[in-house]
Amino acid sequence: MSEAAGSAGARKQLVGIVLVSHSAAVAASVAELATGLAGGGTTAPVVPAGGTMDGGLGTSAELISAAAASADRGVGVAVLTDLGSAVLTVKALLAEGDELPENTRLVDAPFVEGAVAAVVTASAGADLAAVEAAAAEAYSYRKE
Amino acid sequence: MLDADFFRRWMTVTAASVDREAERLTDLDSPIGDADHGSNLKRGFTAVVATLEKEAPDTPGAVLMLAGRQLISTVGGASGPLYGTLLRRTGKALGDAAEVTEEQFADALRAGVDAVMALGGAAPGDKTMIDALVPAVDALSGSFAAARAAAEEGAAATIPLQARKGRASYLGERSIGHQDPGATSSALLIAALEEAAGE
Repeated sequence: MSEAAGSAGARKQLVGIVLVSHSAAVAASVAELATGLAGGGTTAPVVPAGGTMDGGLGTSAELISAAAASADRGVGVAVLTDLGSAVLTVKALLAEGDELPENTRLVDAPFVEGAVAAVVTASAGADLAAVEAAAAEAYSYRKE
Repeated sequence: MLDADFFRRWMTVTAASVDREAERLTDLDSPIGDADHGSNLKRGFTAVVATLEKEAPDTPGAVLMLAGRQLISTVGGASGPLYGTLLRRTGKALGDAAEVTEEQFADALRAGVDAVMALGGAAPGDKTMIDALVPAVDALSGSFAAARAAAEEGAAATIPLQARKGRASYLGERSIGHQDPGATSSALLIAALEEAAGE
């Protein structure tokens, strides 16, 4: 899936990643971690959307919509979330139909591990389905 | 028949009621949640009333769609997308009619409640808002007063239940013995119908 990455001529647009956490600090830190682990070269756009508009703990539909618009390069946006209201808010925005870029998907994946897998995969030029599969696969990595 | 004015009153009465009961909702949310249900809903419904005044939607469906959108945008907790989806889906089901019958409203609200169950994955008995909304919808074809009584009974009936959804579910058996804040606020929303109708 990585052969298209960085190929000369028609530069491939990368899938965008949005990280939604109840905490602005968590979203920003996981974005930094995932981008750092994706290594050098071109990395996929990764936009954190953490906390509420006024800086509190919670989920902001406005921040999520803005992050998705900013991460969108026209080839899809993968959204990863942490707990409860983050999941519900993204699902509600997707149900609205016009709040998020076309081809935006809520990815069912663990937040930190899934974010790393998604950013590495997206940065390699993979399409949205492959990014989603890589993030979801992080659930199968056991720590025992 | 129910017109846009009725649905605006429903939202205004709900906002006043949430405002009045915000502290109680937050107190209910303290032992089993994160103690923000009252303040979150108050912020949401205050925004709903302000938006309805400014944009003055003129059909029942449009009133509820706009109100739901505001809740999703402003609440900041899980109750935002849940109540937002309830109102939007209900509004969508009402279409663009200028007036709707009480039967049409009951059917639309049922579609809204179904959408909330699909979004949150909760069923009756999970100690959530669904435990007030489902009996309310079942009683709604009788009268708003019957719906109000059913919602209040449903909310009270969450006390002995163990939470299976949301943050309260992490508490396991310790969630038993507390009335669910979401079911309580849902009962306020349903009770507001009766007052909006002037019954």
